Amino acid sequence: MDFATITAELLSGFGTSLILFTGTLLLSLPLGLLFCFGSMSKIVPVKWFFKFIIWVLRGTPLMLQIVAVFYVPGLLTNGAFRWPDLNTGWQWFDANMDKRFWAVLFAFTINYAAYFSEIYRGGIQSVPRGQYEAGYVLGMNKTQVFFKVIWLQVVKRIVPPMSNEIITLVKDTSLAKVIGVTELMFAADAARAKGLIWPIFYAGAFYLVFVGVLTFVLGRLEKKLSYFKV
Amino acid sequence: MAYLEIENIVKSFGETEVLKGVGFTMEKGEVVSILGSSGSGKTTFLRCLCGLERADGGSVVADGERVFPLEKGETHSLKIGLVFQDFRLFPQYNVLENVTLAMNLLSKQEIKKSGDKKRKFTEEKDKNEARAKDLLKKVGLIDKIKNYPCELSGGQQQRVAIARALALSPDILCFDEPTSALDPALTNEVLKVISDLRNERMTMIIVTHEMEFAKNVSDKIVFMADGVVEETGTPDEIFNRPKKDKTREFLSSSL
Ligand SMILES: Nc1ncnc2c1ncn2[C@@H]1O[C@H](COP(=O)(O)OP(=O)(O)OP(=O)(O)O)[C@@H](O)[C@H]1O
Ligand SMILES: [Mg+2]
Repeated sequence: MDFATITAELLSGFGTSLILFTGTLLLSLPLGLLFCFGSMSKIVPVKWFFKFIIWVLRGTPLMLQIVAVFYVPGLLTNGAFRWPDLNTGWQWFDANMDKRFWAVLFAFTINYAAYFSEIYRGGIQSVPRGQYEAGYVLGMNKTQVFFKVIWLQVVKRIVPPMSNEIITLVKDTSLAKVIGVTELMFAADAARAKGLIWPIFYAGAFYLVFVGVLTFVLGRLEKKLSYFKV
Repeated sequence: MAYLEIENIVKSFGETEVLKGVGFTMEKGEVVSILGSSGSGKTTFLRCLCGLERADGGSVVADGERVFPLEKGETHSLKIGLVFQDFRLFPQYNVLENVTLAMNLLSKQEIKKSGDKKRKFTEEKDKNEARAKDLLKKVGLIDKIKNYPCELSGGQQQRVAIARALALSPDILCFDEPTSALDPALTNEVLKVISDLRNERMTMIIVTHEMEFAKNVSDKIVFMADGVVEETGTPDEIFNRPKKDKTREFLSSSL
């Protein structure tokens, strides 16, 4: 097990982590908005339905949710439901993006959507009522007011708390290991099982660099929105 | 029949009856100032008139057309603008964009509705921008069009808000204490803009605590107390020969 081999294995694991991270983000950002609207709905059953889901997703460990998402649907349907193994023919992809990966992606997506929805809600509720009214008296309808007046003010307010969650997500991807997804910590731990301890620190460096890049990008976004005050 | 006929507007919030039957009439091009002590229902009345709040009863007829109450699905063509006490500019847009936003959205809708492919949004947008610049020139802010609200003084923000309200060519422009949130030194620049509008015969309803201004600018004064119109009259009648005790009390306490 030389340095080059370990590097290749960690890189492969990091690839999986990166795809899990990106996929979770792309799916949970819009899903979170849906959860948010649901939890703010004027229709009481809808509101409580979403509030309940959010409560469960935020109130139980993500690790538990991963296990549940992977096993429970199969158990409930007597094995009729299975997370898919795609056969794309691309060996790396098929080996790493297997059924375990899709279950984990699903679990991460709903879990992070629940957290994001609460951030959205805080952001939306912090925009003063007066901004909506100013739009209405100018003849705008609800949709126009939301997208043209409110949304960017929401974005500005939620970038800092979102950044926090996004950085947490980077490290949370290591939880995928619990059902054997071959992500970065899985790869590092595989090396440890063979008696090598240093690869976990090497893996730590991957996380650090990636979080560093994200911090920079999110900081830029925050700065880009600093031209106005809310 | 007067241009605007408001009758018997009532509005309650839960148990509290805030408006107990407010009404008055005014002609096109007139300026009506609404005076009254705090809590008398002036803001609530304006909000009902502008549709931000739905009145529980009463009627509004403008130019012979029913404005309130309306049947479901019925619309009216009266355009009422409202300038708020606290400006409420859109912080993420610069001065010019604040003024053009609603115009551009309207242009987009109209183009879509007309289905006329030859009508280009970019042309409409240029027109709207030219109009916005005219309005901003009028309120004395043409050199600030690229600034953001957070870079302006309160008086400047309020003048932008007036230009923004004018952009849609309202038939009636309402003001809710437009200078109350301003340093005394900044009130005059805003009052001057409103006086200029008066000279252009803009129809305006102004809620204000600026007595001198109300006296000078108004054709009619409406004095409200406890959710009703206590007294109406010309500025001369109200300020020099008030008939009601409540009016006298209010005036002596506001001087
Ligand atoms: N949304 C609301 N819910 C409950 N009560 C309200 C609401 N809006 C206004 N009120 C009450 O209605 C009364 C009249 O309020 P309004 O703001 O219309 O008075 P105003 O004449 O504009 O006073 P001011 O000069 O202080 O602005 C007040 O007693 C106020 O507490
Ligand atoms: Mg008021």
